[in-house]
Amino acid sequence: MSSSVSSNPVRGRGSAITRWTLICVALLFLIVFLVLPLASVFVEAFAKGWQTYLDSIRDPDALSAIRLTLVASGIAVTLNLIFGLMAAWAISRFSFKGKNLLISLIDLPLAVSPVVSGLIFVLLFGLHGWFGSWLDDHNIRILFAVPGVVLATIFVTFPFVARELIPFMQAQGSDEEEAALVLGASPWRTFFSITLPNIRWSLLYGVILCSARAMGEFGAVSVVSGHIRGETNTLPLHVEILYNEYNFAAAFSVASLLSLVALVTLVAKKIIEEKAGLRGGRA
Amino acid sequence: MSIEVRNICKQFGNFTAVDDVSLHVNGGELVALLGPSGSGKTTLLRMIAGLESPDSGTILLNDEDATNHDPARRRVGFVFQHYALFRHMTIFENIAFGLRVQSRKTRLSKADIRDKVSKLLDLVQLERLADHYPNQLSGGQRQRVALARALAVEPKLLLLDEPFGALDAKVRKELRRWLRRLHDEIHIASVFVTHDQEEALEVADRVAVMNHGRLEQVGTPQEVYDNPANAFVYHFLGDVNLFHGRVDSGRARIGAIEIELPGSVSNGDGPALGYARPYEMNVTRDSKDPSAICASVRYVCGVGPIVKLELQNVETGTLLEAELGRRQFAELDLKLGEIVFVSPRNLRVFAEDYSI
Repeated sequence: MSSSVSSNPVRGRGSAITRWTLICVALLFLIVFLVLPLASVFVEAFAKGWQTYLDSIRDPDALSAIRLTLVASGIAVTLNLIFGLMAAWAISRFSFKGKNLLISLIDLPLAVSPVVSGLIFVLLFGLHGWFGSWLDDHNIRILFAVPGVVLATIFVTFPFVARELIPFMQAQGSDEEEAALVLGASPWRTFFSITLPNIRWSLLYGVILCSARAMGEFGAVSVVSGHIRGETNTLPLHVEILYNEYNFAAAFSVASLLSLVALVTLVAKKIIEEKAGLRGGRA
Repeated sequence: MSIEVRNICKQFGNFTAVDDVSLHVNGGELVALLGPSGSGKTTLLRMIAGLESPDSGTILLNDEDATNHDPARRRVGFVFQHYALFRHMTIFENIAFGLRVQSRKTRLSKADIRDKVSKLLDLVQLERLADHYPNQLSGGQRQRVALARALAVEPKLLLLDEPFGALDAKVRKELRRWLRRLHDEIHIASVFVTHDQEEALEVADRVAVMNHGRLEQVGTPQEVYDNPANAFVYHFLGDVNLFHGRVDSGRARIGAIEIELPGSVSNGDGPALGYARPYEMNVTRDSKDPSAICASVRYVCGVGPIVKLELQNVETGTLLEAELGRRQFAELDLKLGEIVFVSPRNLRVFAEDYSI
């Protein structure tokens, strides 16, 4: 930018004002809408000192919410990693009927409001739902229990891994895999020594986005969880409850954990993008 | 090891890629599959390798039915059009891959693998680049790595898909002579796909010409060039001049020229096309031959030992090409727009039922 100004002084003077105006407006917007709220989360969290902060997090209900969030997102990310990989493989390597339908279906959770996603599960597993009475007869609890939270999280975060992989694998083609097969490698060997190393950055990128979304999911989980303290509350739900009880310091303390996850995700994303670009992995 | 392809067919949706093709390749022979893009030559090659399965027909490798064998079991070396080198592995690792994935029983020791890879690197003259990654190499170097990788597993046959397609003209010529020498050294049955007739005619022992999924003609370069089976083959192997005419009771009449047709060519009476290569055209300033075509000189390209002329038939307006030796051109001393008399020295006639 600066070099274009010095090499073109005539046009430079006029455009310098435009340039700085634009930069300032963008920066101001960023500060007001992104940096300030994020900073205020941490300020509020520590408003009553370290002790209150630690106490809010060490509270049994908060710890249980952290545990459930980790369990639900752990299961959701693992399953979506496997299914996403399979879906991306099928779509990028084979041609079959209904392929476009499958691609659209993968996007469905992104298009539907999370609340509706949650209601789908109520419709399926609720007492008056399709499988409700059968589940009740067999004493299986899905809704307002941990399985419901896990299912809702899986549903909402399904697209992330698959969507990241499909275009990447399509662009890469299957030449290298075919070469490995002709050289005598077994399909598994081909997958682990050729396919996986080639898609690893893309895959990791998808996993990171998927985990961030899984931990932060509110809408769908809120519908199916039933907000039972210490049992079916995830971190975002716990924040809401604390806030509604006017327990601001505690609410912000827990919220700061989620913000921290977001910041870590951002940094990890940046590093992966750079790595992927460096080794020509995205070429 | 020999390759025997029998009545192979392959469809992709509504598109017939390979249509009832039979081909035999002897052990130690180098065969070119030549044809325009979409003629099915790459599909045929991939079916021989086992990367694509035929809808019908059989493939015999060394007289054994291999139609349903995995690619790994066929022991073929395959060189991909865009090389398909493993991008996250060094050149050394690329070449060693086929040796390392063998089952424990047949696998060489680490030291033996290292020896073998360095021998192959030596063979393709890339010893210095063992630790480089594919994206640090030029196209020609990548091509040679791909070949070394394919040869590492000591394949029984070698299949190459447009091996020089992505290289520039100079490297292309060098590499194809090198491939020919290499083939003479290792002497295994090899098939390569190309759309470049010059490449096929120069390198191969035999050329198989394909069009629309069908095999049009198989023969030595001399045979297919001198005795093309049909208009397509004739057309595809070089530049041509076309003359429209008719076949009438075993004689072809094209303009004022009349030639006797051998029985095999005649397809009954009807329209016919006569063909002559540009270097088979006589160009004179004054005509003693009453059948010569009167044409004007439209364009002269005189770079190199051969002068190319573009001529326009004065009567019909159609364009003709002629090639003259430099000295002959100097003797004629032609200028643009001048009128000359052209007659084909050698005219080939194919019945006009051929679409190209």
